[in-house]
Amino acid sequence: MARSRKRKQAEEQPPSRRKGGAPIIELRDVTKVYPGGHMALDRVSLAIGRGEFVFLVGPTGCGKSTLIKMLIRELSATEGSVKIAGRDIGALSEKKIPQLRRNIGTVFQDFKLLPDRTVYDNVAYALQVIGASRAEIREQVPQTLRLVGLSTKLNSYPDQLSGGEQQRVSVARAFVNHPPLLLADEPSGNLDPVTSIGVMQLLYRINKTGTTVVVVTHDREMVDSMQRRVVELYEGRVVRDEVSGGYTEESTTEFGLRMQAEMGVGPEGQTHTNGHGHEGLV
Amino acid sequence: MGRIVFFIQEAFRALRRNGAPSLAAIVTTVVTVILLGVLIPVFQTAQGKSEQIDSSLEVRVPVYDDATGPEIAALHKELEAVPNVSSVRFINKAEALAELEKSLGKEKSEELLVQVNSNPLPRNFALKADEASELEGIKEAIAPVGANGKPQPISPIIQRDKPFFEPQAGAKKIAEVTSALKIVLTVITVLLVIASLMLVGNTIRLSIYTRRREVEVMRLVGATRWFIRWPFMIEGVVVGFVGGVLAILILWIGKITIVDPLDDTFSFLAAQSNTTLSFPALIAILFSAAVLVSAIGSGVTLRRFLKV
Repeated sequence: MARSRKRKQAEEQPPSRRKGGAPIIELRDVTKVYPGGHMALDRVSLAIGRGEFVFLVGPTGCGKSTLIKMLIRELSATEGSVKIAGRDIGALSEKKIPQLRRNIGTVFQDFKLLPDRTVYDNVAYALQVIGASRAEIREQVPQTLRLVGLSTKLNSYPDQLSGGEQQRVSVARAFVNHPPLLLADEPSGNLDPVTSIGVMQLLYRINKTGTTVVVVTHDREMVDSMQRRVVELYEGRVVRDEVSGGYTEESTTEFGLRMQAEMGVGPEGQTHTNGHGHEGLV
Repeated sequence: MGRIVFFIQEAFRALRRNGAPSLAAIVTTVVTVILLGVLIPVFQTAQGKSEQIDSSLEVRVPVYDDATGPEIAALHKELEAVPNVSSVRFINKAEALAELEKSLGKEKSEELLVQVNSNPLPRNFALKADEASELEGIKEAIAPVGANGKPQPISPIIQRDKPFFEPQAGAKKIAEVTSALKIVLTVITVLLVIASLMLVGNTIRLSIYTRRREVEVMRLVGATRWFIRWPFMIEGVVVGFVGGVLAILILWIGKITIVDPLDDTFSFLAAQSNTTLSFPALIAILFSAAVLVSAIGSGVTLRRFLKV
């Protein structure tokens, strides 16, 4: 894990999908039809390069979560191919799926923490169940908790933490074995704006270590202020894919940009609402 | 090594958290194992007893067809004089035929007799003993085994080549009763085994439910299928293990406090220890059955309900 990460950092920095090399995520004409006939994804093609930071936006039911589930082989594509790091994961045998998931960190809106375990144990759990040695656990867990800023809460239980802290634990758990890819499905969905910024900063910091980060979100301000690549889904199709965009098309069109400029906000991070967050990130 | 510790820790954590259903499964296992522990010896004793009774209810002494009335009367007296004989009854050819018809059914016996054209059944004496166990001694007195290894009947009219036979009617009834008893006991045992299987399964199912979040997290971070399953498997086996140990303890206490003292007084029970399994063997069987049943119970449940 660590080795592949280093290699990736060496080869793929600076992160951009335009800089060549096999994309870490590559969807080709992916269609997902649920039993019952509902079409969640309709011939979606998408490539995300190593080290990118991508927002996945769109209204509820547009297929974002389906897409995320497909990336960890929780679901299989009805048609088309899903490639992770060049490998078609649709062809993976059941036995290989755990290996795939060890290379993808996941963060969810509801944190998915184990309530009867401490912060430390929650993070250590991720390493325990993949058979890591005790020495590894003792080294990695405190280090990762320090990264997310929770070194003082090692022995707290999830219900003693704030929502933001819980989500940080969840991020720590997803990142503790340094996966090359981190998926966050509405990580700030349950958090207030200020806490959301903290979590997003954390994801950004993780991205800076070379990990590709894909964030599904409804957080308009966040997307607008960070100005990263935005992929918008609508009714199962990719309707927008911008290298540096806002939550909606309006926020990045010329008109939008002018509006923002006039109002004193813009993609460069001088927004009055998110300025401090953005500054902190970069 | 670390993994095994982890599995066992997880299993016990789950047992603690699932106290009530775990306890129910353990108690059922205890009851099943105790019943099995009582039924197996009883079963075997019944079998041994019925075999004993089969051969010792009554003994028949057939006489040659050419024996005369006075010879028969003389033998009758002689037989009555044999020690421990409680009754002697003479059965003529017609009665012997009636007996055959009774045991085989009229049609079948007629069919049989048509082929031989006459009644081939020998007249015979039916001897009953004071006690079933004395029949062997009586046989010995009537036809002691001679120097040539063949029986030497006390009277020339007794059929020399086959001086005794045993009617099946009585033994048959006992056999029927015993086999009915066996069926009932087997059914009870099977039902109990199924009950504990299902209760162990239910415990595991509940455990899967209460730990669905753990399972979800394990799947997400890439735990292998068996890594997720082992703690549940161990949990089920622990239920069987604890249930088995408790039941065997109770059986053992029962044996030394109730069965062993009776052993001296009742030959019935003493006889049993020869024909049945030794206590250690019984324990070994019960214990492995408890563990096996719980392993199967959890295995089947995992297969059905733990989608990983």
